[in-house]
Amino acid sequence: MGTHLPSTEFDGTAVDDQREADAEAVMGEPPAQMVQLLGPDGKLGFDPVFTGYAAKLTPQVLRGLYADMAAIRRFDVEATALQRQGQLALWVPLTGQEAAQIGSGRASQPQDYIFPTYREHGVALTRNVDLAELLRQFRGVSNGGWNPKDTNFHLYTLVLAAQTLHAVGYAMGIQRDQKLAAANAAASGTPVTEPDAAVIAYFGDGASSEGDVHESMVFASSYNAPVVFFCQNNHWAISVPTAVQTRVPLSNRAKGYGFPGIRVDGNDVIAVHAVTEWALEHARQGKGPVLIEAFTYRVGAHTTADDPTKYREAAEEDAWRAKDPLARLEKYLRAEGLADEAFFAKVKDDGDHLAAYVRRTTHDLETPDIRTAFANTYAEAHPLVAEELAWFEEYSAGFAGEEPAEEQDRQAATAQVSPKAGH
Amino acid sequence: MTTMTIAKAINEGLRAALTDHPKSLLMGEDIGALGGVYRVTDGLIGEFGPDRVVDTPLAESGIIGTAIGLALRGYTPVCEIQFDGFVFPGFNQITTQLAKIHSRSNGNLSVPVVIRIPYGGGIGSIEHHSESPEALFAHTAGLRIITPSNPHDAYWMVQQAVECQDPVIIFEPKRRYWLKGDVDVQAPGPSEDPFKAHVLREGADATIVAYGPLVPVALAAANAAAEDGHSLEVIDLRSISPIDFDTVTASVQKTGRLIVAHEAPTFGGIGGEIAARISERAFHSLEAPVIRVGGFHMPYPVAKVEEDYLPDIDRILEALDRALSY
Repeated sequence: MGTHLPSTEFDGTAVDDQREADAEAVMGEPPAQMVQLLGPDGKLGFDPVFTGYAAKLTPQVLRGLYADMAAIRRFDVEATALQRQGQLALWVPLTGQEAAQIGSGRASQPQDYIFPTYREHGVALTRNVDLAELLRQFRGVSNGGWNPKDTNFHLYTLVLAAQTLHAVGYAMGIQRDQKLAAANAAASGTPVTEPDAAVIAYFGDGASSEGDVHESMVFASSYNAPVVFFCQNNHWAISVPTAVQTRVPLSNRAKGYGFPGIRVDGNDVIAVHAVTEWALEHARQGKGPVLIEAFTYRVGAHTTADDPTKYREAAEEDAWRAKDPLARLEKYLRAEGLADEAFFAKVKDDGDHLAAYVRRTTHDLETPDIRTAFANTYAEAHPLVAEELAWFEEYSAGFAGEEPAEEQDRQAATAQVSPKAGH
Repeated sequence: MTTMTIAKAINEGLRAALTDHPKSLLMGEDIGALGGVYRVTDGLIGEFGPDRVVDTPLAESGIIGTAIGLALRGYTPVCEIQFDGFVFPGFNQITTQLAKIHSRSNGNLSVPVVIRIPYGGGIGSIEHHSESPEALFAHTAGLRIITPSNPHDAYWMVQQAVECQDPVIIFEPKRRYWLKGDVDVQAPGPSEDPFKAHVLREGADATIVAYGPLVPVALAAANAAAEDGHSLEVIDLRSISPIDFDTVTASVQKTGRLIVAHEAPTFGGIGGEIAARISERAFHSLEAPVIRVGGFHMPYPVAKVEEDYLPDIDRILEALDRALSY
């Protein structure tokens, strides 16, 4: 490195090498190593920074992390079944990514605001989103089934990476709120009572190629916004492997924006929790953004409309199953005597109850009236919407008392959910 | 009454909005120390500071996307897009996110973002600096689109947009930025509702609907037609979404003829929408087909030939001749 002299003034190879070396001298080696605390063998390792965070996890919290992961996996199985039975138009499975989602979600505080993509069912669980409400979107009765103001968990965003910019803007709003609160406190001579908040932006390895991820990191860096970018590298963007999206570890990209990037074992719930807690603290303390790359695997299909047998080997899936996030925590809990048979039996029982609840409530999810769509297009009165609604009412009234065959056919046709929907 | 240019009126309107609404802020490229490429935000960073007049990185999707996030946190961002032709990197955020979040959230969330876009030609500029893309946004439900043609409207519209709970795009007629007019800073008067059209001149023989940069052209055409003995009614549409069809319909029921003029290409444009609606609402009043005057179906041409592209007084009078020939 650096010994090769350019043969012409246009050969910049050596210059580039030197710049790289200079950058590394300043920034330190890129984090090629992955933070892992709990290995697939269920043994706890050591990390100079993150072991301290992991040590704060009490046996009760560790059992809770296991219970959450088991619950969301059971939910995933149930939702997949509901789709197969025609009760959902589409399902987006998360199996394999439980540790990445539960670990990061449980590291967040209530005052933090979270922008998911569309697979973050595990994070939704940690934010107390009613999982039956989460299915509204996939049953075709809502484009966003919960009120984000109740949970600080934003609606799913289907246009890849669009939400990463929303997250940075939200974080810029938090910065302004903090300044305002500090000024008000100074003026009134009272301390600031609002806890510092941060934002998490979730996205995947596929979405990392979207321009909005780049712009969001530029803005976050420019304004030192309190945002944690949480990239779940699940290795497959539908059928395209991560290697097509990037030639370097995704966490290394943070270096180019001037903030820390950390690759963490995304199947290690303890490490994910520790790293996310560290990153959120970093952001809340005004030290700016962090990129976390959770190295994990989408064990199932991209969606229920996908067929992974067409583009990847079963052996690869098996290799990742051997790194299962639940299995390794179970090994650890049992080996350390932190959970007994009764605990695991209860987890299974709770999962079945959750599944039954989801199944029951999915059947009962009310089909909305299209009048709500008229009502919700604009926040304020709109003459064109009013005119079209009036026409619709008049048109619909023409069918009154015409209940027989035709109307029943029409209702049956609209009630059916297409199994082919989605991308 | 104070006399000022449209650019100054927007500047004063933004100043008033920033003063009246502590959670409003401006975002855009070069809007701070420079005051924007058209100096519309001149001096505001000095008064309100860099947290409320934000020079952003050079990224339109980033501007709109972070503005959405700020709005979700309770702020009202007013974004400046530097030129019409440069809005498209932000088009995805505007159409798939900004326009839909209220609906997607079943009414739980509002994103009252304002986007200011200087638009239109006639300034002799290079590619991407002279376009009129309003129809592309008007086709998207969830957005509101207004365009001032005079300083008084400009002063009030920018404040009304900040107060609106829906996303509002303001298309600013850049070649009229230096047009002077009276502004009543005390009260909007007849401009109280930014989504209502204004009848600027009453007439009996035909109606001309125009908006933004072509309003002065339509008024001049009406003057010229009057010399030929034709009485034209001139309507400043003011709002492109929603469109005040009631005012246009009432006018056509009186005059029986309608000409719609805009700089944007006629194909798939606002003029076509007005023609269709008016043919539904006032078919029996029409003495002639609705005639559109607008740009051709081509990319905005080079500056040296833009005079052949842009609707002018003669193009409107030629359309009037056709309308009167039925």
